[in-house]
Amino acid sequence: MRIDLNGKPLTTRATTLTQLLAELDLDAASVATALEGVFVPRSRRDQTRLTAGAKVEVLTPMEGG
Amino acid sequence: MFYQTHLTSRLMLGTAQYPSPAVLQDAIAASGAQVITVSLRREGADGGAFRDIIAQCGCRVLPNTAGCHTAREAITTAHMARELFGTTWIKLEVIGHADTLQPDPFALVEAARALCADGFEVFPYTTEDLIVGEKLIEAGCKVLMPWGAPIGSGQGLRNRDALRTMRAHFRDVPLVIDAGLGAPSQAAAAMEMGFDAVLLNTAVAKARDPIAMAAAFGQAVTAGRMAFDAGLMPRRDMAVASTPIFGMAELA
Repeated sequence: MRIDLNGKPLTTRATTLTQLLAELDLDAASVATALEGVFVPRSRRDQTRLTAGAKVEVLTPMEGG
Repeated sequence: MFYQTHLTSRLMLGTAQYPSPAVLQDAIAASGAQVITVSLRREGADGGAFRDIIAQCGCRVLPNTAGCHTAREAITTAHMARELFGTTWIKLEVIGHADTLQPDPFALVEAARALCADGFEVFPYTTEDLIVGEKLIEAGCKVLMPWGAPIGSGQGLRNRDALRTMRAHFRDVPLVIDAGLGAPSQAAAAMEMGFDAVLLNTAVAKARDPIAMAAAFGQAVTAGRMAFDAGLMPRRDMAVASTPIFGMAELA
C-alpha cells in the first residue's frame, strides 16, 4: 500500500500507525504523529488504521526560535 | 511569574541557527537562560544530538508553532508538542505575512482560545495592538509576547511608544518582548521599560562568537531589569546642573 509520509510517497505493509513506526525503526516515544492533519496521541496509534493514500506526519524535536 | 513558574533569569533563548550543537550548548549556559524555545519538524534530520542538549541543559522547554499560517495547523502542532516535550507551555505563532512574519491576530486569537480551553499555557507571539492583547487575555492567555521588530531583523524596539503604552495598559500581565532584538542594548532598553523578559535567537546564534554574545545579552537583561527596579530618573528637556552652585568661587 502506498501512503504519503512527511510529504514523500512510501510503500508500506503497516496497517496501523504503531506498525508504521516499527517498520521505520523509530522510537515511538521520541516522535509525535498526525494523520490527515489531525494529531494522533501515542495512546491511539494502535487503533489508528492506515489506508491507501493516507497522509501521515511523523515529527521530532528540532531547533527553534 | 509565567503561569505560576518563577524564573530568576529574564532571558529566553532560541536554539536555531547555531554553528554547531556544542556552541548552542555553551551559549545556553553562558546566557543564564532558564527557558529555551524549540520546534517540531519532520523526522529524518539528525535530532539525536539536539534531544541530548535539551535534556542536559536543565532549561524549561517552550515549544513553538513556528511556520504555521492557520489556527488549525498551529493547534495540531501544539498538541504534538505537548506530547513530545511533556509540557503544557506553547509559544503560539500564527504567521500572517510572509515578508514581515507578522502574526495573524485573528487566527492567533482563535488558536489561543482553543488551546487555553484545552489546558495549554499559551505564550502568544503578538503585535503591540492593545485590543488583540485584550482578546488574547479573554481567550485565557496569562502572558503576552509582543514583537520588538520582525523576526530575525535585528531592528530592536521598532515601535517603542506603542510598547510603552502596552506596558502601561497591561500592568499586571507578564509581557515578553519576542523577536527582532539585535543588540544587548536593545534588550536592556526593553527591560528598563519594565518588560518582564525578552526572547531572542538570531542575535546570539548569528554573532561571530555566539557564546560571548549570549553572555552579553544575559548581562544586559540583568542590568536593564536592575535599572527598572531602581527607578530611572525622569527625562527633561533642559539641562539641570548636577554640581551645586552654592559655595562657588567668584573668579570672573
